[in-house]
Amino acid sequence: MSKYLLDKFLYTIDRDPELVERYRQDPRGTVEWWEAERASLILNCQQAERSTWLTFTDTEREALATHDYVTLFELGSHTFLLLTLFIALFERDYDEPLAFQREFAARLGHWTLPYPDIST
Amino acid sequence: MAQVVAVIASTHHPFYYRASTSAGDDRPPFADEWVAKIGAFRDTLTRARPDVLVMVGSDHFHQLWLDNMPQFLIGKAPFYDANFYNEEREFGLPRMFVSGHEELSAYLLREGMDAGFDLAFSNELRIDHSITCPLITLRPQADLPIVPVYTNIFAPPLPQPKRFVELGKTIRRLVESWPSDQRVAIIGTGHLSLELGGPRQFGPHGPDPVFDRQAVEWIATGDLTSALAQVSLDSLWLPGNATHGFMDFMLMMGVAGENARADHVDTLDLFHTMEAYFTWYPRAAP
Repeated sequence: MSKYLLDKFLYTIDRDPELVERYRQDPRGTVEWWEAERASLILNCQQAERSTWLTFTDTEREALATHDYVTLFELGSHTFLLLTLFIALFERDYDEPLAFQREFAARLGHWTLPYPDIST
Repeated sequence: MAQVVAVIASTHHPFYYRASTSAGDDRPPFADEWVAKIGAFRDTLTRARPDVLVMVGSDHFHQLWLDNMPQFLIGKAPFYDANFYNEEREFGLPRMFVSGHEELSAYLLREGMDAGFDLAFSNELRIDHSITCPLITLRPQADLPIVPVYTNIFAPPLPQPKRFVELGKTIRRLVESWPSDQRVAIIGTGHLSLELGGPRQFGPHGPDPVFDRQAVEWIATGDLTSALAQVSLDSLWLPGNATHGFMDFMLMMGVAGENARADHVDTLDLFHTMEAYFTWYPRAAP
């Protein structure tokens, strides 16, 4: 399991407006492209000094590819990153203010403390 | 020596800017009361006539990332650009630009390390809403030089609460030993109970109003003994999964001092979170 890589995906998509739209429209294709081209880039290093060992598990990849934020929460992805990106993806589809955020909470309503560990 | 003319602690609600500048049907029903409270809070800083602002906040995975995560960091740059695309997108925050006070940054870095804090530093720091929100509420003209201080309340493993308090005490002592005639306000923002990305988020109140009332009492009375006895890294998960931001309030309690009663205390119970505003005047109130 690579919580770090899950978080890196959420982080690098969330900070780029073009990637937010790309992930909204084509989640599976974006995840496959990102894992092949972006996952191993160290953000403060040159392309040639990329990492050589980072991959998603099948469960992680599928959760990202299906916008499955409940599973991503359960896998221990960072909840701030998860919420922020998914608001950007889906809040626009709801008529009422905060309706998406409340649905997000309700879909996690079966969870009590302790929540999944977000430490990386 | 420099004077600490005000110590200010507050929540940093990113929706204040949008709520306070909206009009007509877009203006939420609580906006007028919120703006009035912020106006009174802003006056507490204005009256202190500061020359420079030390501003404590926390990067929300904007510039700082898990490949190289500092626990405590001080910016040392002549200028700071501010706010990020995703803060514009979600909160409607404006891009901002503020001056830095490099001399005080350098002093706090050198003396802070010699006092036992191995501080990280940044010479090119883009600050986020943990610092721009208090600028918007307290000094919207953003005309004073700042020294940003970032803490990690966000990416475990985190420093212990007592370290936040000790850093606050150290910052206070160092500013007061800075050989300068400048008037310094020390401002920090954190959270009361808060849930983000979990089942208790965006309720009609903060996720734990009992914790919020207790926390406000601790801060208002400077009750560091009770706060340190009852708050731990583990306990902070209970009021809400983003409540570790309360440690920045504890840092500011350290700045204000043990048993220091705040001169201005105000709260506002909003959906999702409770707002809280505190000002201490270390000398006579202006």
